[in-house]
Amino acid sequence: MRLVYLDNAASTRVDERVTEEMIPYFNDKYAVATSVFSYRMGLESKKAIDSARKIIAEKINASSDEIIFTSGETESNNIAILGTSGKNKGKSHIITTKTEHLSVLKTIEKLKEGGFLVSYVPVDKEGFIDCNALKKSIKKETLMVAICHANEEIGTIQNIEKIGKICREKKILFHVDATQTFTKMPIDVEKLNITTLTLSGHTIHGPKGAGALFIKKGTKIDKIMHGGFNEYDLRPGTENVPAIVGFGEAVRISGKDCKKVSVLRDYLIERITNEIPDIKINGPLGKDRLCNNVNISFHHVEGESILLRLDMKGICVSTGSACFSRSLEMSPTMKAIGNNHELSHGSIRFTLSKYTTKEEIDYTVESLKKIIKELRKISPLGK
Amino acid sequence: MSVSPYSYKVIKHFQNPKNVGRIKNPDGKASEGSPLCGDMVSLYIKVDPVSNIITDIKFESYGCASNIATGSIITELAKGKTLSEAKKIDWKMASDELGGLPPMKVHCSVLAVEALRSAISNYEEKHGLAKPEDIELNEDNVKKKLSHVINPNIGKDIIFSKTIKSFSIKEGIVEIELDMDKKNQFSNNISDEIKESLSTLKGLKRTEIKFSD
Repeated sequence: MRLVYLDNAASTRVDERVTEEMIPYFNDKYAVATSVFSYRMGLESKKAIDSARKIIAEKINASSDEIIFTSGETESNNIAILGTSGKNKGKSHIITTKTEHLSVLKTIEKLKEGGFLVSYVPVDKEGFIDCNALKKSIKKETLMVAICHANEEIGTIQNIEKIGKICREKKILFHVDATQTFTKMPIDVEKLNITTLTLSGHTIHGPKGAGALFIKKGTKIDKIMHGGFNEYDLRPGTENVPAIVGFGEAVRISGKDCKKVSVLRDYLIERITNEIPDIKINGPLGKDRLCNNVNISFHHVEGESILLRLDMKGICVSTGSACFSRSLEMSPTMKAIGNNHELSHGSIRFTLSKYTTKEEIDYTVESLKKIIKELRKISPLGK
Repeated sequence: MSVSPYSYKVIKHFQNPKNVGRIKNPDGKASEGSPLCGDMVSLYIKVDPVSNIITDIKFESYGCASNIATGSIITELAKGKTLSEAKKIDWKMASDELGGLPPMKVHCSVLAVEALRSAISNYEEKHGLAKPEDIELNEDNVKKKLSHVINPNIGKDIIFSKTIKSFSIKEGIVEIELDMDKKNQFSNNISDEIKESLSTLKGLKRTEIKFSD
């Protein structure tokens, strides 16, 4: 059976060039990346990590000593939030939104239990942050603003330049989760006034288990795990050398795929809009939408059913349906943009990559048309 | 499909559900919805008035795979049975017939079973075989109602699984104490479902739910 993978916001296929770079670090150059006075094989590992660090730093206009490697998005967000919370006296207030990644939402909830105050800035129907409300929520005690550059579910790209400016004016920390945008859009941490920036390898055709956190020089931050002195004494534990090498290579070869991907994105949106009735597009259209994200609610049908029927055709997608979630609750992002239960129940997310072809999109739309028609025939609603 | 949480039979019925659709001028019909995940099932029956045999049965589902598969299997089980035989079909039978359902999805199959029972009651009421009765607020009826609420953590009802530590009825207010942390991922769902299930009891003012610390 053929396979059409349209869940690239969750994870991506590793580029063969990346795998090739990683392989020597399993069986030949397996030494730990240790001190500068070590034996040669250890020094080779260190060199490999530092080279990946340099590639990533240059990509976001940072310097190498501002990048630490982590296991991925969740860990980077935890370090950025928990690590700064205890180090900045008198700062006990955080500003965020309800449309963040769970590793931001849950970490902030943890701070709340410890006495932090939290302001959730509202978003509009397309998922954009209300910057005026954000500005108004800033207090003397505000530690940071924590937001994602682009929403993983509905693809809304926030105006982080504007928010960065507000943070600069008010002298507060600015944490940005760029898991969905890194290498898809230019990010200049200097220009955007970002204090901490979360990056992930496996969403950009790199391996799972490697992520990074940019930490602006001079930021008061503590480690959240305790042990050795790795990663500038901020992240103890033996570095995942092969994965870090792969992450670096994935960044190095990342290029101008976004334009091509966004053409396919718009083609998919256009075909579904024209050929399937009773739908709603979630998130904005055009340049403020992530180049690979399509999110559509199909009225009168349920998401898990659509997902499983698509899977039977070899098509991999994701859904915001409560039936699909591990908590049986609808997605917080869907709730925040004002979607009711039914719209969330029938929402499907298609996320494309540089490997997606027009022919795959055509196959997906043809399959989807049949599936929606059949499921609507079964449904008691909408008749 | 060996990695799927669904059995081969669930997938088969999901892919090609039997008895889908509506019956024009049905002898009995019912719709059941679950606030837990928003699924909905409608069920229609035709009954032979002499033999009380269900001669035709159809269902519609706004729901996930387990919901559709259970609608399909339950209509297959009920077809050709007398009303009293069909009333005995419970979700255990449906689930067994489907080769089992994942614990988290049990509440979806309960919905189709309830729709069948309600459609039969609807027929019986219309034909004077039973009178719609007010169900009084008392300990037995509260227990009966709560035994339809499933704890998705374990896939068993909250009475059987002892998720309910204790409950009391005082002046129309039902107070329930659950053996569950408020932070449990299903705490909101179970709380909603309990309130919904008790809401039709005659004399109920409100339901209060306490979680364990």
